[in-house]
This record gives sequence, C-alpha cells and structure tokens, in this order.
Amino acid sequence: MHHQPRLTHPGLALGLWFLTLLTGIAHASEPDWATIEKTARGQTVYWNGWGGDDKVNSYIAWVGAQVQARYGITLRHVKVSDIAETVARILAEKNAGRDQEGSVDLLWINGENFRAMKDNGLLYGPFSARLPHYRHVDTVGKPTTTVDFTVPVEGMEAPWGMAQIVFVHDSAVVREPPKSMAALLAYAQAHPGRFTYPEPPDFLGSTFLKQALLELTEQREALQKPATDANFGPVSAPLWRWLDQIRPYLWRQGQAYPPSMPALRQLLADGEIDIAFSFHPNDASAEIAKGTLPDTVRSYVLTGGTIGNTHFVAIPYNARAREGALVVANFLLSPEAQARKQDPVVWGDLTVLAVDQLPPEDQQRFAAIKPGVATLSAAQLGTPLPEPHPSWMERLEAAWRARYSR
Amino acid sequence: MQSATGCSGGLLSGAPALTLALLLMPIIAGLAGTLLPAFGYLPAIGASGFSLQPWRTLLAEPGLSHALILTLWTGVAATLLALLLTLALLAGCYQSRWLARIRRSLAPLLAMPHAALALGLAFLIAPSGGLARLLSPWATGWERPPELGLFGPQDPWGLSLILALTLKETPYLLFMSLAGLARWPADHDLAVARTLGYGPVSAFLKVVLPQLYPLIRLPVFAALAFALSVVDVALIIGPSAPPTLAVQALRGFNDPDLHARLPAAAAALLLTGLTGLALLLWEGAIQLLARCSRAWLSDGGRGGGGALAQWLALGSGTLALGLAMLSALGLLVWSFALRWTFPAAWPTQWTLAHWRGQFDSLAVATGNTLGIGVAATGVALLLVMACLEQEQRQQRAVSGRSLWLLYLPLLVPQVSFLFGVQVLLAGWGLEGHWLALLWTHLLFVVPYVFLSLADPWRAFDQRYEQSARTLGAGPARVFWRIKLPLLGSAVAVAAAVGFAVSVTQYLPTVFAGAGRYATLTTEAVALASGANRRLIGVYAVAQTLLPLLGFALALMLARRDHRR
Repeated sequence: MHHQPRLTHPGLALGLWFLTLLTGIAHASEPDWATIEKTARGQTVYWNGWGGDDKVNSYIAWVGAQVQARYGITLRHVKVSDIAETVARILAEKNAGRDQEGSVDLLWINGENFRAMKDNGLLYGPFSARLPHYRHVDTVGKPTTTVDFTVPVEGMEAPWGMAQIVFVHDSAVVREPPKSMAALLAYAQAHPGRFTYPEPPDFLGSTFLKQALLELTEQREALQKPATDANFGPVSAPLWRWLDQIRPYLWRQGQAYPPSMPALRQLLADGEIDIAFSFHPNDASAEIAKGTLPDTVRSYVLTGGTIGNTHFVAIPYNARAREGALVVANFLLSPEAQARKQDPVVWGDLTVLAVDQLPPEDQQRFAAIKPGVATLSAAQLGTPLPEPHPSWMERLEAAWRARYSR
Repeated sequence: MQSATGCSGGLLSGAPALTLALLLMPIIAGLAGTLLPAFGYLPAIGASGFSLQPWRTLLAEPGLSHALILTLWTGVAATLLALLLTLALLAGCYQSRWLARIRRSLAPLLAMPHAALALGLAFLIAPSGGLARLLSPWATGWERPPELGLFGPQDPWGLSLILALTLKETPYLLFMSLAGLARWPADHDLAVARTLGYGPVSAFLKVVLPQLYPLIRLPVFAALAFALSVVDVALIIGPSAPPTLAVQALRGFNDPDLHARLPAAAAALLLTGLTGLALLLWEGAIQLLARCSRAWLSDGGRGGGGALAQWLALGSGTLALGLAMLSALGLLVWSFALRWTFPAAWPTQWTLAHWRGQFDSLAVATGNTLGIGVAATGVALLLVMACLEQEQRQQRAVSGRSLWLLYLPLLVPQVSFLFGVQVLLAGWGLEGHWLALLWTHLLFVVPYVFLSLADPWRAFDQRYEQSARTLGAGPARVFWRIKLPLLGSAVAVAAAVGFAVSVTQYLPTVFAGAGRYATLTTEAVALASGANRRLIGVYAVAQTLLPLLGFALALMLARRDHRR
C-alpha cells in the first residue's frame, strides 16, 4: 500500500486497522477471480467517460445491462465532456485525503490523462494481467496496447479499443479528396470555409495538430521523446506556418471551431464542410447505417499514414467499488463485448484482441460483422503512425491557445 | 414541550435567520474558498504562501483583455435589450387587449430552460440551420449551406449570445414588471394621466415607469449579473476562441494541472469584481438618466397616440417570441427526425427511435430532476412561508438590506463561489451527496420563490385572520385553515417558478452532485458537446416539458381557486 490513510476518528481507525489486517491476509494469496466476482456482486460502479457520442453511450448502456444480469453489478455511466475534469477531481480527492470511497470507480482514458494519473499515483494496479480475458489481447500486433503515447502501460490500465484517424468526405461532392497536408491546404484555399478541425484541447482536435506535425516536421524522431524548451520551437515551426496559412480559409474563417468529433461530423452532414475526420475507422459506416450521413460518404487515409492509438479503462487508487470495476473491465475485453463494439451498426470501434487466436466460435463473432460501405480494409488503413510523447500534445495545446484564442 | 402553537412560534421566529444562514453560509465560505487561492493560498496542492503570482499568470494569459471586453459587452447589451423590449411592450400594450396575450405567452417562455433555448437558437441561426432551410432554395437560391463567414452561432462578437440572453431575460423581466405593476394602483394612475390628455406611451413613461423601476431594480440586477456570468449558454452559443470570462475560469478549474486553479480563482474573482462594477455603472447610468429626464417628465408634453410605438414594440416582441418558439420547434422536430438534410424544410424521414432509445436514461434523468426539484421547491416554500409569516406576526417587513442578502446568490457569479462550496462539501464528506445537491439548489430556488410569494402574502387581507382569531382559532389553525387555502394559487405559482429554477440548474448540479446525479439539464449540456441534434432535441424537449407541466398545474389550481 503506498497511501497512508489519514485517520480522523478512533472508531474508523479501529475499523481500518481490522481492514488492513484482513487485506493483509488476503494479499498473502491474491484473491482469485471467483472471489473478486463474488465481492463485486451488489456493487455500484461509477464509470466516468466522455459522453458526447450516442453510439458510445448506447454501447455502455448495453454493457450496464449485461453486467447487471451476469454479475449483479449496477453500472452508472457518468458522462463528462472532457475526462480531464475527472482526473482533476481524483487529484483533488487525493489532496483532500479522501484515499478511500472515491467518487470514481472506472474511467475511460489514454495519453496525457493516463500519464498525469500515473505520475501522480492516482491509479490502482497493476491489474490488467489479472483480468482473465486479457490473455487474448494482441500485444504483439498492436503494440499501442502496452505503450500509451510512448508511456509504458505496465498493467495500470486495460486496453479497450483501437483508434486511427480516418478522413471522411461525401464522394458526391468531392471526387478526389486531398490526401496530404499540402493538398488539404490547397483544397481549403480553393474552397474557403469548407474545412475545419475540432477546437483543441478536444482530443480529436489535438490529434489533428499532432497528425499535421508528424507530416510537416523535419525532425519526426524528436517526437518520441519528451518535448523540451529548446526543441519545441524548431520542431513545431512548420506546423504553425501551415496553420497560419490555412486559418483564413477554414470554416468561420478560423474564428470559431466545432467543439468535438460529433460536432465536426454534424457539419459534414449539414453540408457546411466538405471534409471531416474521425478517430474511429468505422464511424462513417456507422452513421450511414443510422441514416445520419448520406450513403455516398467514403473514408480514406492520408498517403503518409495516420496516427493510431489505443484507448483504455483505468481504476482510480481510491475507487469504492474496485472489484466491480475489475469485473466490468474484464467483461469489456470479452470476445462477445469486443465483437459487438466493432460492429458498425453498434459503434464500430476496433478490437484490441488477436482475433485469429480466439476459439473458433469467438472468431465467428468477428467474421459475422458486416463491414460498412465506408469501412476501409486493414490494408487500406495501413500501419498506424505512433503517437508523440504526451508532452508534445500539452505544449501544442498551450501554443495553439496562445496563437489562435486571443 | 408546550402547546403546538408555542412550538411552531419558536420555529417561526428562527426561520428568517435560518434561511439567511442557509443561503449566506455557502456563499461566504465559497467566496473565501476562491479568494484564498486567487492569492496563492491552496495548501492542498502545496501552495501555502500568499502571492500575486496567480494574478500575474492570469494577466499574462492570451486573450484576457478580449475576454473581459466580450463579457462586459454581451452582458450589458443583452440586459439593456431585454429591459428596453420589456418596457416597450408594457408602454405600448399596457391596458390594451394585447397585454392578456403577452401574459399568456409568458409561461412557456419562462419554463423553457436557457440551455434548451440556446441549443434551439444555435440550430435556428446556423448557415445550415432552421431559418436557412425554411427559406432555401426557393427564396435564397442556396442548394448548399452558404458560406456566411463569421456570422452564425458562436460568432466572435457574441451577437448570437446576446440574442439568446435577450430572448431568455425579456420574459423574466416582463413577469417581474407585471408583478410590480400589481403592487400599487398603476391602472388608476394611468387612467388619471390619460384623462389629463397624455397619450398612452407618454402616460406610461412619465407616470408609471418612475414608480415601476425601483420595484424591478433587483430583478434587473439579477438579469445583468446572470448575463455576465452565465456558463452553459455561453458554452453553447457564445464565442469560443476566446470565450467569456466565466467559461475561461471554468476551464481553469477543470484543468488536470491543479496549479491552473490559482489563476482560475483569480479569474473568478475578477468576474465578481466586473459584475459589481457593471451593477454600479448600470445604477449610475439609471440615476443620471432619471436626473436628465426630470425636465422632460414635468414639461407637460402629452405625446401622441403612440400607435407607431405600439406597433414597433409589438413587432419586436413578436419577433422575439417567434424566434424563441421556432427554436423550441426546431428541437422538437429534430427529436423525431431520421434524415433531415439541407435544404429540406422538414425531415424526409421520421422516427421514434431517439425517444425509444433514450427511454432508460431519460427516465433516470427525469426522476433525478423531479426528485431534486420537488424537494428543493418544497423546502424553499416552507422556509419562505415561515419567513413571511414571521414577518407578519412581528408586524415588520423584511428590510431592504435583508432582501439584498436574499438576492445575493443571484448577484454573485456562480463560478466564483461554487468551487469554494465544493471544497466545503468535500471537507464534510458531503460531496456527491443528495443533501448537498438539495442545498445548492436551494441557494437559487429560495430567492425566486420569495420574490414570487412575498407580494401576494403581504397583500393578504389581515381582516380574515382577525375575524378567525376573535372566533377563537389559534394562529396555527388560522394559517392552515384560512390563509393557506386563500393564498393557494399564489403558492402554486411560486412553486412552479421554484421548480423551473431548480430544473435549469447546471453548474450547481454538476459541482455539488460530483457528476453523479444526471438531470435533464446536465444531460442536455453534456450532449451539446456531441452536437447530436436528435438527442439534444429529446433532452431539451423533456427539459422544457417538465417545468411547463409545473406551470400548467399551477395555472389550473389558480383557475379552480378563482372559480371557487
């Protein structure tokens, strides 16, 4: 235990002493999975996650119904507009000495928020290797399941899904979409007001900055190490030149930005913009299936490749329903839950599992998914580009605000 | 224990103090919890020395001066517009058949939460929005949404924000003005002025307005403070790069880097100062205007028939009403739309799927909204009635000063004390507790309930009470059997107002509830970032329906009472 509970009440102190004694005994032999499932029964798990996409929200609601029926766990989805708010809340709880009975049990996270929590000792774990379904995770073919934005995961979060930037256009409006940053700039100059990106620090907006930086910078290898005061300027200079050039040709002349990925997609659906992009390769197919995007919409990736990463779930160090959170995290990794998530009709988020190593009946679940009309094949997606170190994202966001939000 | 009446008398005498303490304690503690970090004191993150560093960081922040000007401009412009529109409608239509129609259209507008209105308006005025769809392509020739440059929701000048705030504040100021006009025989004054030959508009401006304004001064202040410090409306329809000061402070408070809280606290404090300054300037301008218009007031000019003024007022009033109604209608249509692409005026395919799919979460959110709203309204009614009853038994009206104190939660920007309140609650282990949620809602429900109930309560004819007392009834019996039934409709209207206020609370629900109590408003604002108009429509419609039902119920009760 790396946190000394702050004791304030003698009765509580005695209780905690007993508890320490008990957990001490339990620690001698890690509680087996059956015990965890038994303890989890009846618990209420508060799961904080970005709540801006109804496909995701419906999927989480389905997960809630499943874990209620199978494990007797009540899952409450706490929808937030930015998971950073939750990180701030847990940090505040730690500072207030609330080392038990925290308000969050599970959170949807990756990248700089994961690093902030890991660095501040806000995470419970390592736990992911203890989840029975973890053994099918494709840690070899999908290396981002073990290295999150260059930060080693070390079992402190459990992989949940794979994301990769995919550009989206209506083929009835744009025949030959621009496939590089230079082409995108030329397109915007020829069609003013028909392209934009979500406002950083929205995660897709920030990822767009990184995508552009990866393509434009002349020192790509510097991005894999923490940014420094010395190298941030020279490495990112080509990005700012590009952004300065394209800004007057953006939607609303770069004076207003959509707040999120769904907002960007809505602009495409409304015909206000010609080209959008998403972090879920199946997003366009899923929206076509729902009837919210025309069936002439198609996806594509840039010629130089696009950024890909993994998103995870983590458990705060002070979670009240830790066992419940473990059981939910394990269920999320089950072939059944992963296959359902990958179906474009449901959400379309790619699996973290090594499908070819699953038992045949589970392989069948994935084979049965009908690829959407706008879904790219694995070959078309290509090898995803690695995320830069989180410090680049933080600096890019601050620098973006200083330049364009004044 | 003594007799029942003695006991309730004891409780009653403590009511005003209890109410003020309930309201003021969190605000004072909350302000302190903002003041200290603004000067570098936040031991939780290891900042224990007082310094001006947070202010230096804040002042060095890009876009701060822009944000300040933007905040002041949008807040003052919206309040001014709302007040002018209110007075124009009253001057043009008071004592005309239009007044009854205006009065009738108030309830739905009052019931519509400001977040819902902002969401609806944002769609209405977008280049691909409702208005453009209604007019395209037959009138505009647009086959695709036009490229209107900077115009539309979230324009950098804050025009769309001003429009949204004006649409929301005008009904409130009208409502408070109509209540004010009932407090003295304004009709009589107006009639005298008219027989002396004054035109209707001149009579209103010269005779009624000087008596009316002092009665609506506090509501106008509340409207101004609200417009300067509102968060949800500014998030939805206000400029984003840079945003208003309140949004900027909120961003800092939500930053995972806890040290960002120090300059955020300074920003919140700055907003409080800005609000105070704006209120002072506003009052100064009103005084100046009053002084300058003295000669005009008494020059004997009778003015004309006021037909032009009446049509102008009615025209802009109808425009405002129309925009608000279209905003609501747009959301309603979206909630049933499957395919609705530009430039179709209506969806080409309809569906019930959005309502069906949201049934479970809608039920949870509605349950939470109802629970907290009914509880807060109930407690607020009890507190306010106890205060008013105590005041009457003491034969002493609540002094102007304590009325100001009661109004304080509406005048101090929410962001500047809610974070301090959160710290206070966390210290007591109450954060995320239902009672904490109830308490923070009370901060805003009590003032509005008091405002609605105070006048009818004070106007109650004391002779009923005296007659009952001479017949031997105790004060408790008189209260329950005579007074409450007679004041029933006023209580019902106050309850509807209080409930509507509780339904709209966003920041208090998020902060005190630790995000665990999803209400229709928190869901609607969370969905706003996702831009799914279909779901936003579902929640915004539900969010409007609930308080509307409250008002309908109150009106039904009032009508039944009337017939009796």
